Amino acid sequence: MGKYIFKRVLLMIPTLIGAAILVFLLLRMAPGDICAVRYLGSGLAIDESQIELCREQLGLNKPQIVQFFDFIWGYVVFDLGDSMWTGQPVTHEIAIRFELSLQIAIMATLVATIIAIPLGIISAVRQNTITDYVVRGFAIAGIAIPSFWLGLMIILGLLIVTQSWLGEPWMPPIEFKSIWEDPIHNMAQLIWPAVATGYRYSAVATRMTRSAMLEVLREDYVRTARAKGMVEKIVINRHALKNALLPVVTILALEFAFLMGGLVVTEQVFNLNGLGNLMVDGVERQDFAMTQNLVMLVVIIYVFINLLTDLAYAWLDPRIRYS
Amino acid sequence: MGALLEIDNLQTHFFTSGGTVKAVDGVSYDVNAGETVAVVGESGSGKSVTALSILRLIPKPPGEIVGGEIRFQGKNLAFCSEDEIREIRGRDISMIFQEPMTSLNPVLSIGMQLTEPMLAHMNMSEADAKERAVKLLEMVGINEPRRRIDQYPHHLSGGMRQRVMIAMSLACEPKLIIADEPTTALDVTIQAQILELMKNLTRDMGVAMIIITHNLGVVARYADRVNVMYAGRIVESGSATDIYHRPRHPYTLALLKSVPRMDRPRQAKLDPVEGQPPDLTRLDGGCSFRPRCKFAVEECAKSYPALEDVGGSHFSACFRSKENLAEIEL
Repeated sequence: MGKYIFKRVLLMIPTLIGAAILVFLLLRMAPGDICAVRYLGSGLAIDESQIELCREQLGLNKPQIVQFFDFIWGYVVFDLGDSMWTGQPVTHEIAIRFELSLQIAIMATLVATIIAIPLGIISAVRQNTITDYVVRGFAIAGIAIPSFWLGLMIILGLLIVTQSWLGEPWMPPIEFKSIWEDPIHNMAQLIWPAVATGYRYSAVATRMTRSAMLEVLREDYVRTARAKGMVEKIVINRHALKNALLPVVTILALEFAFLMGGLVVTEQVFNLNGLGNLMVDGVERQDFAMTQNLVMLVVIIYVFINLLTDLAYAWLDPRIRYS
Repeated sequence: MGALLEIDNLQTHFFTSGGTVKAVDGVSYDVNAGETVAVVGESGSGKSVTALSILRLIPKPPGEIVGGEIRFQGKNLAFCSEDEIREIRGRDISMIFQEPMTSLNPVLSIGMQLTEPMLAHMNMSEADAKERAVKLLEMVGINEPRRRIDQYPHHLSGGMRQRVMIAMSLACEPKLIIADEPTTALDVTIQAQILELMKNLTRDMGVAMIIITHNLGVVARYADRVNVMYAGRIVESGSATDIYHRPRHPYTLALLKSVPRMDRPRQAKLDPVEGQPPDLTRLDGGCSFRPRCKFAVEECAKSYPALEDVGGSHFSACFRSKENLAEIEL
């Protein structure tokens, strides 16, 4: 097992190098650079030499191959450089937002799991009954409703409900406080975006759970379990569910990885300062240092989540063993 | 005292978009304590559906027991509550299925699957159940049972898995085991081993067995009594000797002739049962074997012949049962 994990981690290196080349080239294919954005965007008359100076300071006038090796070298010496826009270290900019994004991703995935697995099971067990139709409708709605719109509705709903119940409107707090520092404040802020995105991601997982369960419930071993006189709860939870979980785990894991870097609009709606926002700002300002390191972070998360998913497979299905 | 299990005019139908399939259409037979009863017939004759009906394992919808009784120790299993039938399953009546490769759960350990019924029905502690599981595995001839218990089905061959299924069926010392084509999916050499094992164990433990098969060789060797099924009904019923040496129903006769035999010259042509089994959604009032029968008479189209005693608890459902059909053909 340890050997397998080690091998998988080693195999990540070529993947990461490939991703690095790709993001490096793509960023530089767009016209302009951060100095042009900074000075020309201001609308003032700017001397060309000033822009050149800016480029020299940021190292943008070096040959691209040199810039690329600087970028890679940063990972070897654990120094990712400074943001070209703020001048702060990239690691600092990411660190202050990472916790928020990670927490929302975890909470949204939890919400999705808590909704999807029970609903998927109920829907499969009561196939083609009114319960099944309601669950399927709920799932379809989740896919159809964008989470930023749901987020807006949640905020609006909160305002209206608290206004009528408490007499004055209540809004989730806007300033982020770590869960270790002030858990109530933290939850009051983050539970809403987690629900808004979690619902959407639960929809796909619900449908996946349902169809996987429907398939497994027809298997011979489920009949064997019934023939042994097992109560229905054990038949479903022990005999069927464990077999049906593999595709569901895959979906949930991939969604988690996506949530880490992809929550751009939802972050806007809830006024959260997360990695999604940082990424959009970086791209807009052509802050190469920021953007390429952020993309690499997301890639690393994806690759790790994939590894964890594969390890979870082995735990769920004894036929899969890594050696 | 009556028989251990009495099936009386059982009717199990499947309600499909293509019409109602009368898979089991008025089947009656008894199983006495400790007795081995065989149910023989082609695919689709309703023999498996009868067996699954006993434990109410027919998927509903589309299937449903629509009539008749299944009396087991004074209880009508066909229409008792879900909780009552669950108490019977695995404890009083257990089942061995046709496909050992898919009948065991691939993600649960052998030990877990073996101890489950004991924990559910026998108030055993987990440690006791595990000990018994080891003994059961030993009993069915699995080597290194203590190691096997932590293994998973994919570590075992088909024959081994069927042994595990047998061990599982014996776990709670049932009174009746239903074996639904237990050897069909196995190699011929393994088939004999498994059948011997089942015969010995059921005899030693005094367990009654219903063995469902399309293999007449199995019947001859292991069954006390035989029920031959065709198109959802029993067409002939009697002792193994009766069925083999004095078949009275044309279908039984045809089945016996379709089996290659060592004691006949090799050049002798096999005589398959011509034609196809009938469409069970479109049965008329007459005998359902009529279109394939060499002995059909006019009467056969008018009504379905009842099972009649042809002597010594040997029954046949044919208008010409009293004649010696085997002789006529020669």
